[in-house]
Amino acid sequence: MEVLLIIIIGLLHAGGLYMLLRRSMFKIIIGLILLGNGANLLIFLLGRLVKGHPPVIENGMKVFKEIYADPLPQAVVLTAIVIGFGLQSFAIILIKKVFKVLETDDLDELNSTDEEI
Amino acid sequence: MNNILVIVPILFQLFAGTILLFFWNKIQIQKSLSIIFSVVALVLGIWLFKLTWNEGIQFTHAGSWETPFGISFVSDLLSATLVLVASIAGLAVSLFSVGTMRKERLKFGFFPIVHFLIMGLCGAFLAGDMFNLYVWFEVVIISSFVLLTLGGTKSQLEGAIKYVSLNLLASSLFLIGIGFVYGLTGSLNFADVAIKLSAISNRGLVNVTAGIFLVAFGIKSAIFPMYFWLPASYHTPPPAVSAIFGGLLTKLGVYALIRTFTLMFGGDEFLGVMLSIIAALTILSGGLGSLLQKNLSKAFGYLIICHIGFMIAGLGMFTEVAILGTVFYLIHDIIVKTNLFMVSGLVLKINGTQDISKLGGMYKNYPVISLLLTVPLFSLVGIPPLSGFWPKIFLIQGGLATKEYFLIAFIVLGSFLTLWVVAKIWAEVFWKNGENLPVKAYGLYFNQMTRSNQMMVIIPIILLSAVSLYIGFAAEQIYVLSEKIAHDLMNPQEYIETILGIKTTLP
Repeated sequence: MEVLLIIIIGLLHAGGLYMLLRRSMFKIIIGLILLGNGANLLIFLLGRLVKGHPPVIENGMKVFKEIYADPLPQAVVLTAIVIGFGLQSFAIILIKKVFKVLETDDLDELNSTDEEI
Repeated sequence: MNNILVIVPILFQLFAGTILLFFWNKIQIQKSLSIIFSVVALVLGIWLFKLTWNEGIQFTHAGSWETPFGISFVSDLLSATLVLVASIAGLAVSLFSVGTMRKERLKFGFFPIVHFLIMGLCGAFLAGDMFNLYVWFEVVIISSFVLLTLGGTKSQLEGAIKYVSLNLLASSLFLIGIGFVYGLTGSLNFADVAIKLSAISNRGLVNVTAGIFLVAFGIKSAIFPMYFWLPASYHTPPPAVSAIFGGLLTKLGVYALIRTFTLMFGGDEFLGVMLSIIAALTILSGGLGSLLQKNLSKAFGYLIICHIGFMIAGLGMFTEVAILGTVFYLIHDIIVKTNLFMVSGLVLKINGTQDISKLGGMYKNYPVISLLLTVPLFSLVGIPPLSGFWPKIFLIQGGLATKEYFLIAFIVLGSFLTLWVVAKIWAEVFWKNGENLPVKAYGLYFNQMTRSNQMMVIIPIILLSAVSLYIGFAAEQIYVLSEKIAHDLMNPQEYIETILGIKTTLP
């Protein structure tokens, strides 16, 4: 399972970075989404994977008697996903608006802020 | 000391922003309420600062969970100082936007979002937990996205694309860094992580994690190879928004760098050298970039980058004196940069343009205002005894102590470039005879505004100039404060023991 996750994380990061380096605005968003998902999976993986042992203390016990899944990375990932959703949806709306105003998807043409005045 | 009231400055801004939302269409009420709320926030900032100064580190753990399980909010002296300085800048920006912002922009919830932005800043300064810091960063950037695009002109949208995409990239990297830290230590609390990281024998892994944080915070604070979004976006929104961005947002990145690189990754030789090189190049590229600009706001944008370099330089030297310089510079810089963008806004209001080559005759037409504007401009350069002078002394002292002479050379060069830029601006904008300026398409000129609105534009500049003068002339007090902060940062023992409530020994 770990090996599979590592490969997926690697692919997501590679794909995300590749998309970020493209010239189209739309592909930048795709890249950011891929990168965000890669980061979330990374946290999940680095929180150690434990199969079939939820962090719930069994009936009649006071403490955990065996190894259990760490709930914190899950909470962190959940929060990160929600925040990521918000930011990405803002970015998508922004791109739609930019496309409407400037009528281009090519980042190389977005250079008026770097010209004088 | 365990004190739940630490979070009051954050909650108050949340309250302020929410109340303002109820007056969506009543701009006049929003204006007055925003000023009142900002004054109260300033009082709260002073209260928190005094409390922290008198009684040491204040902290609280969410839900009374023991550390490191509960999310901590910590107000040590650095955090409390920054909350105070941010609330001063917030008050000034609130006043300034009442005076300058056009109604069409205010109608889309400008004031609530400013308060949410400052809430995010206070939260980030007070966070004692890495993931909590991340969440506050996101609160700040989503507010800043909205402020940047409010109004939706062509140049704003273009600048926003660059700003948004790079900030999202930085957030992803920050998250990856958090993943690494959790994988290495199994904790996210700053104090807990600091202990556990210092015990890890594989320093390579720790340094890679530090590198990821350096890139993530570096993008946000606009250090050398990652600053291109700043000059492309900071001059596009209205001056009131630029002021809050220029004063506070990049400094948040610097704060995060100071916090992580003193508490968690401090004292590593490789990182020190890397930070020094980055600092030198940041100073150089910011200074030279500023010289070339013909737009006032863009020139100031490059100066932000230049002066970020000074703060990173102190971090790179990593001695108590150098950190003292960094902290002192941070306090001075928040005030003076906020003021600077308000100055450029005032110049825009008076003349209708920010093109340096076309501007002129300010001194002839507005002698009193021009004399007022000398305070922020000369504080920026650091002409003694104004505020920019003192931190540079400590930075150079730190450089002499660590024998980093090349860094001293760059700091001197950076000051010289700043002087050159300011002298150029002074000669062109204030002394030269103005050409026929293009007629402004919309909005009122300064002399067409009502008397009370004119005062609303001038008062925040006077306020921040007074603070700058205070920092300059009462430098001893700020020195004592910065020295104490630097001492705490370099000896994090007390911080860690207070938060965790245990005795430890750091290697």
